[in-house]
Amino acid sequence: MKAFLMAVLALVVISVGANFALNNAGLSSADMTSNSNVRLGD
Amino acid sequence: MTFLRILLPLVFFVSFTGFTAAQDTAGDTTVTAPGHQTLEDILARQRGEDVPFGAEIPLPQTDNGAPAADQLGTLGGASDSELWREIRADEATAVVASNNGPAAKVLMQEGGMWWLTFREGPLLTYGGALLGGTMLLLAIFFLIRGRIKIEHGRAGVTIERFKWIERFGHWLIAVSFVLLGLTGLIQLAGRKLLIPAFGHEAFSTFAIAGKWVHNNVSWAFMLGLIMVFVMWIAHNLPDRTDINWLLKGGGIFGKGHPPAKKFNAGQKLIFWSVIVLGTSISVSGLSLLFPFEITMFGPTFAKLNDLGIPQLLGFGPIEAALTPQEEMQYAQLWHAIVSFVLMAVIIAHIYIGSLGMEGAFEAMGSGEVDLEWAREHHSIWADEVESEQSKAAGKTQPAQ
Repeated sequence: MKAFLMAVLALVVISVGANFALNNAGLSSADMTSNSNVRLGD
Repeated sequence: MTFLRILLPLVFFVSFTGFTAAQDTAGDTTVTAPGHQTLEDILARQRGEDVPFGAEIPLPQTDNGAPAADQLGTLGGASDSELWREIRADEATAVVASNNGPAAKVLMQEGGMWWLTFREGPLLTYGGALLGGTMLLLAIFFLIRGRIKIEHGRAGVTIERFKWIERFGHWLIAVSFVLLGLTGLIQLAGRKLLIPAFGHEAFSTFAIAGKWVHNNVSWAFMLGLIMVFVMWIAHNLPDRTDINWLLKGGGIFGKGHPPAKKFNAGQKLIFWSVIVLGTSISVSGLSLLFPFEITMFGPTFAKLNDLGIPQLLGFGPIEAALTPQEEMQYAQLWHAIVSFVLMAVIIAHIYIGSLGMEGAFEAMGSGEVDLEWAREHHSIWADEVESEQSKAAGKTQPAQ
């Protein structure tokens, strides 16, 4: 079951990493489809 | 006391009629003394100052409206045909929306209602029926056939079926697919089933978490898909043994098992379902992850029209000039439909790989399977492994 646990760990790392990378690259929906007139999250 | 009993209702009645009369008077005043709230009133209210609403601010006269030159005035007799012409032609340069995506240029799009009703109606109904029906069929199959046992009992000797990296790739795609399936169903069934059952607040938490998981775990799924494809394609190319295997129904009913290599025809069907449907889900998913960046459906519909396929089936040409929203709507529907089919396939795969067959789970659990299990279900592969082992050991007879 070591392969299973390593796959789960890899899944977590990939998911968190993808979220971090895409947000930093300015590819979030908020950045892509809105402009300064939209106050998202306020 | 009798006097009071009469007096009290009387006082109440008189005060009530007095109140309504006062209201009528106030209403009349509003109408007869025209005026309007100014931009300053609105801004002051936004600053938190106490600017009264309601009857204290007189309504503008309804017959004239506010002067056209005023900030809140109507256009009056002036024509705004240029504006509407631009909107109608989808060239609304005069309309500035706070959303700067391609969809902002389309003020109204009819396809949205069809998509909404299809998504909440047939898609959810038939998709749910497919999953429910698959589970029901498997339950009936289990009741009739029971667990498929190792016919001649365990040999007590194991051989390696899957290496560590193969099991890692399998579990990467497996765990991510289960997570994606569950969170996808949450997004799809939210408004129709989950909000009525759990309320907006509870669903909101699930939906936000589910969306995060769905968007980000997708990359693990795609990586697993590539790994599985590269590692197993050589073993999953169709060959003659598959025909025999399929004709004998894989030996599911009755005794005896048709010979098979490392993967039998049933497993090959699952492999190609995962590769073809999984790739299709990934591409439509990428188009949803990066909205309006990938257009799949407009060009596909145009090609189908050019080939005359819809006409051949008795339909007219499919509308290929899609608005950006329609592209996304088709991507969403395709993503969900193909996912439902793959989910049904995978439910069957999970069943046969765990509860349905003795000794099957070990292949992905420890990577080692019982020799007798291998001989029964993958006889050609088992022979190959045994002959390799005996060669390696310098023996002429296969190990027993």
